[in-house]
Amino acid sequence: MLRVSTGRGPRPASGGFETFSWYYFRVSGIILVFLTIIHLFIMHVTNDVHCTTYQFVAMRYDNPLWRLFDWMLLTLALTHGMNGLRVVIDDYVRARGPRLALISTSAVLLLVFFMLGTITLITFQHTGALGPACTAR
Amino acid sequence: MYKGQSGMWSWLLHRVTGLGILLFLFIHIVDISLLGFGPLVYNEGIVLFDQIIVRLLSLALIGAVLFHAFNGVRIMFIDFWRKGARYQRVMFLGVLALTVLVFLPMSYYVIVPGLYWFVHVPTTGHVSGH
Repeated sequence: MLRVSTGRGPRPASGGFETFSWYYFRVSGIILVFLTIIHLFIMHVTNDVHCTTYQFVAMRYDNPLWRLFDWMLLTLALTHGMNGLRVVIDDYVRARGPRLALISTSAVLLLVFFMLGTITLITFQHTGALGPACTAR
Repeated sequence: MYKGQSGMWSWLLHRVTGLGILLFLFIHIVDISLLGFGPLVYNEGIVLFDQIIVRLLSLALIGAVLFHAFNGVRIMFIDFWRKGARYQRVMFLGVLALTVLVFLPMSYYVIVPGLYWFVHVPTTGHVSGH
């Protein structure tokens, strides 16, 4: 079980969660390659971090497709990453009790961060002044 | 950990970069949640990312993301391409080369605006317009 879950080697034949996990890494991974590189390009090449202000976000999020883009990035990156953390815990923590505790903690973290990110994305709305286009420096 | 050659290093780098990116993702979800507190709080918060030290950390993140993405594609070639396993070492060198090739121009765009701090005294996150 641990060998196939490291992400290299033959496809797991057994079915069940490990098979799902194996395919999930690859399917989410190929989508994330595009989403992440586009995200980095927009935030660090065509713009600079001192100009990705509240105003920048407000104008961007007026288009619901950018919210969807960011929500997909959030969901896929978080589930892909937390599944990776689960594999790492499985690899290094052999004792049943501590492993269960760590994996349960990861599950709670996954839920908390997913909720925080999703709530931020859904509830964002601008009513008053948007502030400057770039932070002063 | 197993001892191998290029396979061991690609496996180790994939794991370490993955965990590093996950750690940043936690931080990033929290800093973006500042949006809920309005423009003043959000803009004062993101001034942090303009600092040269944080820009250097961003570069480490960008390098990690690029390697993890390209090496992930390599893993899929090994899994799904008939000759993937035979060319895994060549593909690993390709991944490293591609990572450096994309990283260098991107680091220019990240670092040059940050050089501002070398000629101006930083203020403590003061935002204009209020």
